[in-house]
Amino acid sequence: MSWVQVLFVLLSLVAVASALLVVTTSNLVHAALWLVVTLGSIAGVFLLLAAEFVAWVQVLIYVGAVVVLLLFALMLTRAPTGRQDDLNVGRVVPAAIVAVLVGAVLVSTVVAGFHDVQLDLERAVVGSASVTGGTVFRLWVLPFEVLSVLLLAALVGAIVLSKLRADEPAEAGED
Amino acid sequence: MPLWWPLLLGSLLFSIGVYGVLARRNAVLVLMGVELMLNAVNVNFVAFDAHLRSAVHGGQTFALFVIVIAAAEIGLALAIVLLVFRTHGHIEVDELRELGEAAEPAERSEAAR
Repeated sequence: MSWVQVLFVLLSLVAVASALLVVTTSNLVHAALWLVVTLGSIAGVFLLLAAEFVAWVQVLIYVGAVVVLLLFALMLTRAPTGRQDDLNVGRVVPAAIVAVLVGAVLVSTVVAGFHDVQLDLERAVVGSASVTGGTVFRLWVLPFEVLSVLLLAALVGAIVLSKLRADEPAEAGED
Repeated sequence: MPLWWPLLLGSLLFSIGVYGVLARRNAVLVLMGVELMLNAVNVNFVAFDAHLRSAVHGGQTFALFVIVIAAAEIGLALAIVLLVFRTHGHIEVDELRELGEAAEPAERSEAAR
């Protein structure tokens, strides 16, 4: 195995193990911090798969912004920082069965479909900032602009939602 | 490297995210499961981009777009979570039953408090 393969396997193991901890830990803040580990190792996987700019965007937006937003949400909803035993719904076993079935279908499909395909990373074009910027602004301009309008709409929606008075929805709910 | 290695990583992360969405009660933890699922999709996009080596770079570009959509989604979702917390005093998704079946809605929402 080359060093790329060794690094990939290590990063994948870290990502899967910390993702399992995200969904099983009984401490809310620990779940957010394990999510940082998962997202960071996925950024490392992106680097190995020649997606340099996507990896840095992952670090900036996911590890930087999204996890901070999640921690803010935990703080603002007065989540206890200690251990909590009631974080899971009562029907954990059916949820685990569904998840295992989804995983089995996906894994068997991709392994059956692509088990003999080799990924030639030596000849892959590294998606550096200049390459990615060129493709985004030459070939994907229209989706990019649509996406910026979507971000604006989400921004306006978040502001409107957070400016709603607390008593109005409560009255509507009790009718 | 065989192509199915990153695809296997994506599949495992996706099913872990499915478990997180189904098994967690806290709305913020459900959102973390959604983030895991979106990242699994990104791993697949980037792996197929490295495999196909197209000049269009559709895989990496769509991974970027998915990251942007995830940022928009998390912003809106947190606004909704905070609103639910202000109106209900908790964010346990299995006790938010106002839109569910009409049987005894008052008792249930009282019990939720």
